[in-house]
Amino acid sequence: MKKFINAKPNRTNTILLGLLPFALLILVYMIGSDARLAINPSDKLLPSFSHMGESMMRMAFEPSKRTGDYLFWQDTLSSLTRLGAGVLIAACIGLLVGVLTGSLPFVSASFSPLLTVVSLVPPLALLPILFIVVGLGEVSKIALIAIGITPFIARDIQGRTQEIPSEQLVKAQTLGASTSQILIRVILPQIMPKLIDAVRLSLGSGWLFLIAAEAIASTDGLGYRIFLVRRYLSMDVILPYVAWITLLAFLVDYLLSKLNQRLFPWNYEVSS
Amino acid sequence: MMTEKQATIIQAKNLGKRYGNDVILERVSVNVEEGEFITLVGASGCGKSTFLKMILGIESATDGELLLDGKPIPDEPGSDRGIVFQQYSVFPHMTVLENVIAAKGFQKPSISGYLFGKERRIAKDEATEMLEQVGLSHALGRYPHELSGGMQQRLAIAQALICKPRILLLDEPFGALDPGIRADMHALVLDLWRKHKLTVFMVTHDLKEGFYLGSRLWVFDKVRHDPHAPNAYGASITYDLMVGQTSTPLYKEIDNRIRPIPAISIDAVSVPLENK
Repeated sequence: MKKFINAKPNRTNTILLGLLPFALLILVYMIGSDARLAINPSDKLLPSFSHMGESMMRMAFEPSKRTGDYLFWQDTLSSLTRLGAGVLIAACIGLLVGVLTGSLPFVSASFSPLLTVVSLVPPLALLPILFIVVGLGEVSKIALIAIGITPFIARDIQGRTQEIPSEQLVKAQTLGASTSQILIRVILPQIMPKLIDAVRLSLGSGWLFLIAAEAIASTDGLGYRIFLVRRYLSMDVILPYVAWITLLAFLVDYLLSKLNQRLFPWNYEVSS
Repeated sequence: MMTEKQATIIQAKNLGKRYGNDVILERVSVNVEEGEFITLVGASGCGKSTFLKMILGIESATDGELLLDGKPIPDEPGSDRGIVFQQYSVFPHMTVLENVIAAKGFQKPSISGYLFGKERRIAKDEATEMLEQVGLSHALGRYPHELSGGMQQRLAIAQALICKPRILLLDEPFGALDPGIRADMHALVLDLWRKHKLTVFMVTHDLKEGFYLGSRLWVFDKVRHDPHAPNAYGASITYDLMVGQTSTPLYKEIDNRIRPIPAISIDAVSVPLENK
């Protein structure tokens, strides 16, 4: 008998063991749901899976009586657009600030202290300011996401830039490279896969800011919807929405990691 | 020391380097002529790499002067002084061929250093030819992580040479390589040195390598020593020897002259000497 620390599951067992907690959670939910529904058939707290299915069919495939939209898809589209725009802006600014402060001592001296302070400001505390300054429209929600994750991306990229071995920068100079050539041809390409990694890490906070902004001031979106139907205790909508948000988050993360491997094979091999 | 001749390329006048109270180098005075192949040996921390970095332009002298063609050496790296480090000398995100083409691109004063059209074709041909010289023509499309250590160093050398530097600096370039591969690399470096009429400075731990490769050997060591303050005095060049690469009697003679060196604490080189 091997020590437990040395015992490894085989491939099939790994998959089965990974699925087990999910199955258990679903089972526990079903038992609880059945128990409550047996006592009170109109219980709203733990709706049955068939009930949730019916509600979602209605949300996804029947046009809303008020607006004529397919609410589920409309919410998804709005939310993903906001998240995408916010993250894209944050990635661009973060990349620029991070690379420049990470590689140019003069820029670093001017902006690093500011960056440190800005990254300590709680972004949600800025939300009222955003609402006052830019109004309740799309801009404030996108701005919240961008403001929330830009400092993280910028600081991460700054660190990654500093990690590039100084030998490479010296080498480039002995080959005649100017500052801009080093930035564009040596640093930037090596930072791009790190940027995608930073974006993946920041997406969690991105969703947080998105849902917070939608909960407070919006007329559609995934976050808006779950906070809206909360008033009617509609767990049959909230729970599938949460699962859908989780699935979207997983898919985006997975696609970004695949994109990274596809675009930057040299980076993937180096780190493995 | 040596008598001054016309083609002096590097001149050190009472050169010294200190960090705070720690003296690394002191009183280094030498002349180097164009076309010499100098190997720098000595124990770790004896300042031989510091000397190399001063020529490279990433360290500056705290005492004395270091002159290139009679003028103070530039205080940043430039394309007249090529470098090959022990590692991290090539760009991991470019293929072998791109690494060398990029070196050509850096020569052009443009914002990005990208080459297009005819310029790129010419650079590609030159790069291919240079990679053939270092024996990498079979690996043009590979990324550096797919290359062995020796092949990576070959690439780094090709990159440095395509910029036609006058001085080639080698900072323990073969320290991480297997002995068999080292021998190949030695042959390559000697060949390129003659072909491209370079002035070479090579830092090494291996005294044997120094004798075999160099036309001139410098041994760095402390002349003065205070046991209570080990860093109070810096190292200097204690032996400055001309080395003939082919003459066996001369090799023996220098070998005999250098034998006392392990006694004066160059432990890094004592091991290879035992083998003879």
